[in-house]
Amino acid sequence: MSLLGEDILTEEGEFIINMGPQHPSTHGVLHLKLWLNGEEIKRVQPHLGYIHRSIEKMSESLSYRNFIFATSRMDYLSAHMNNEACALTVEKGLGIEIPERAQVIRILMSELTRLASHQLWWGSTGLDLGAVTPFFYAFREREAIMGIMEETCGARLTQNYNVPGGVMADIHPNFQKHTKEVMQQIKSKLDEYDDLLSGNVIFEARTKGVGVLSKEDAISYGVTGPTARGSGVSCDVRKWAPYSGYEKVQFNEILEEGGDSYARYMVRMREMKESISIIEQLIDNIPDGDFQAKTKNVIKLPKGEFFQRVETARGELGVYIVSDGAASPYRVKYRSPNFSNLFALPIMAKGGKIGDLVAIMSTLDLVIPDIDR
Amino acid sequence: MLTVNVILGVSLIAFLVVLCFFLGYMERKVAAFMQVRLGPNRVGPKGSLQIVADTIKLLFKEGLTPDSSDRFLFNIAPFIVVVTSMLVVAPIAFAKDFQLYDIHIGVLYVSSISSMGVIGILVAGWSSNNKYSLMGAMRSGAQIVSYELSVGLSLISIVVLTGSLNLNEIVLSQQNGWWLFKGHIPVMIAFVIFIIASTAELNRAPFDLAEAEQELTAGFHTEYSGMKFAMFLLSEYINLFVVSAIAATIFLGGWMPFHLGTWEAFNHVMDYIPSVLWFFGKTFFIIFIIMWFRWTFPRLRIDQLLNLEWKYLLPISMINLILVTVMAIMNWHF
Amino acid sequence: MFITNYISTVYKTIRSLLKGMKLTGYYFLHPREIETEEYPDNRATLTMADRFRGEVIMPHNEANEHRCTGCQACEIACPNGTIKIITKQEIQLDGKKKKRIDTFVYRLDLCTFCNLCIVACPSDAIIMGQNFEHSVYDKKQLKKVLNKPDSKLMEGVE
Repeated sequence: MSLLGEDILTEEGEFIINMGPQHPSTHGVLHLKLWLNGEEIKRVQPHLGYIHRSIEKMSESLSYRNFIFATSRMDYLSAHMNNEACALTVEKGLGIEIPERAQVIRILMSELTRLASHQLWWGSTGLDLGAVTPFFYAFREREAIMGIMEETCGARLTQNYNVPGGVMADIHPNFQKHTKEVMQQIKSKLDEYDDLLSGNVIFEARTKGVGVLSKEDAISYGVTGPTARGSGVSCDVRKWAPYSGYEKVQFNEILEEGGDSYARYMVRMREMKESISIIEQLIDNIPDGDFQAKTKNVIKLPKGEFFQRVETARGELGVYIVSDGAASPYRVKYRSPNFSNLFALPIMAKGGKIGDLVAIMSTLDLVIPDIDR
Repeated sequence: MLTVNVILGVSLIAFLVVLCFFLGYMERKVAAFMQVRLGPNRVGPKGSLQIVADTIKLLFKEGLTPDSSDRFLFNIAPFIVVVTSMLVVAPIAFAKDFQLYDIHIGVLYVSSISSMGVIGILVAGWSSNNKYSLMGAMRSGAQIVSYELSVGLSLISIVVLTGSLNLNEIVLSQQNGWWLFKGHIPVMIAFVIFIIASTAELNRAPFDLAEAEQELTAGFHTEYSGMKFAMFLLSEYINLFVVSAIAATIFLGGWMPFHLGTWEAFNHVMDYIPSVLWFFGKTFFIIFIIMWFRWTFPRLRIDQLLNLEWKYLLPISMINLILVTVMAIMNWHF
Repeated sequence: MFITNYISTVYKTIRSLLKGMKLTGYYFLHPREIETEEYPDNRATLTMADRFRGEVIMPHNEANEHRCTGCQACEIACPNGTIKIITKQEIQLDGKKKKRIDTFVYRLDLCTFCNLCIVACPSDAIIMGQNFEHSVYDKKQLKKVLNKPDSKLMEGVE
């Protein structure tokens, strides 16, 4: 069985189509080889590697403070959470406690990032299915959130705000007022989203019953995040292995039975509301204190292996560092959520039509640079 | 006689081209305002010359004919589509006593010529020698052929009420009010079905599966570039105008001003507004509704599209036709 | 049963479609909701956030003095070699030799705007400026020298 599947013969009446790396709707450079019989999909085979930048190998020559910046570019829509995962692993290795103020700031920024990421997901779902207008409405909300990030962190997308020990700088004096205004704006617009897309009969006809992922398949393929929660698998890292102060925050884990695209869609819509409620709980109660714990100038982790997982907007990201006592890591490995989610696509798309494939991929919410880092 | 006809024909084509510039600009501005943004606003005052700039750009592009395509069919397909679109403009009455071709089977003429447009699409898809184009053309062909039935049945409901296929007589019979208001519920149902089915005929969203960028990279006109591509776009906008003009003529009274029964004073006041303005106002109102559909709804899958037609629109329009006939016999309309 | 299902399907369809159309119709009739910033026309009044990471600059005071001692902490902190500091030995007024910077080379085409150099500097010599219009026709112009010619270190900076 060759790697690229050239020797898989086509049966009578089948033909092979490349949904190529350059395509307006595959959310990045993803190459899918489809075996089609008329309109029906018989087999899907993803080919990866078009955006491999050897981030893991690069980290072996950078110091423990430096290597965090590259992870912003992995899953760029949850950049803050990627940075947080690396910082938490290094802190685990050093064995230091981060102050409460830094923890709360990290949670606030994470939830803002999650909200922004789900906004963009909603917009691009509408775009893939043919409704162009939701894209602009989603970006209007996203602009507001990125304005908050720009004020505090300085950058809108690749923030690089986490350092081992806490956050890089204290929050801007305007942060609380600005965030409260934006939360008001977003809460009033979330009902509009339901009007435009969720309640629409055309949208429901295109997503209900499409791309069913059963619970057993979700567990056996290692699918995490809202994709798995749409099939009834309870896997939220913030509940099962809380980190950085999540144990003190009240929120619900959203589960939906059903496993089809509509269930995954509703999971993400409700998660947006949960994120808003977490932010509102914390925005007035930021504890005073330091925003960064003291660390040495040159960080050296003791010999050993350290692992930490966080919940990004798409699933569970794990950072695994092997250290041999030097100032650079010996090996860094990222367990990326999109990689596992992608390989559940062939079983979901089998037997459907091409239009269904587009609907499934849009509710899987893949970000391709995370798959080949 | 011949020179007069030739001049009329050429000026009609020029008028249609200028109309397409205006329609393209309107589409982009309407889309922009619905999407909370400004549309084109740099080229020309408030961006009105944007489509002219686009046309000049298309003129300069290389018109590529793929090597393995069927050359003759490939080159002739855009012409078929454009010619059939332009032919349908002939019997439409733009203003009082201004009709280019007063044929006594007006409705039948419009219906039959517009069905010939599907030949151009199939020829374009087949001759491109490209898997994507062929799939797009097949889907488009199935869609257009199915929805013609609903369009025809809606048009026939008004023909039953008027008793004539002649477009001029249909307009004149709306002297005491437009058919949409005179024939209350059955005619309103026919109007709604006509709008939905025509949107499908035009290959516009939410029925634009044939040219969905997100799925098949532009469907049947993937391989076309330069002026041939511009001709496909031109024919799409001319079709849009024609369909709206037919809807305005048959359901909303064409150039007939808004009359309320036999209230002489009111009707007299309404007559002061020139009939050209009435015609274009109604046409652009319907064009606006069709554009509104495009920017609001997601796309239907091909089997759902055909499902909608054969299981919902066609039975409803057949039952509606019976209702209209009963209404016409019993004289239950205004 | 079939008829009631059929009619209720049609009714629900029309209602949901009309709700969607109402929303886009609302935005069409309210052009005041448009928040587009018309960029090149509003440059006179455009202000960025004060922590915005536009480019790295080295502020000089009126006497053309900067605060960079040449400790190379930023060069070590930078992940991809964007900063290069060339130092020289300078003879002070009291005869001692001290290390001063000759040129501070900053390559804008390599910078990832990660802010690590600003955080690492012990004497606050560099800050993030807010200019974001960096496009040039010649790539060599992106290799900048941050200290101005004939500038020297401010008194009292360690």
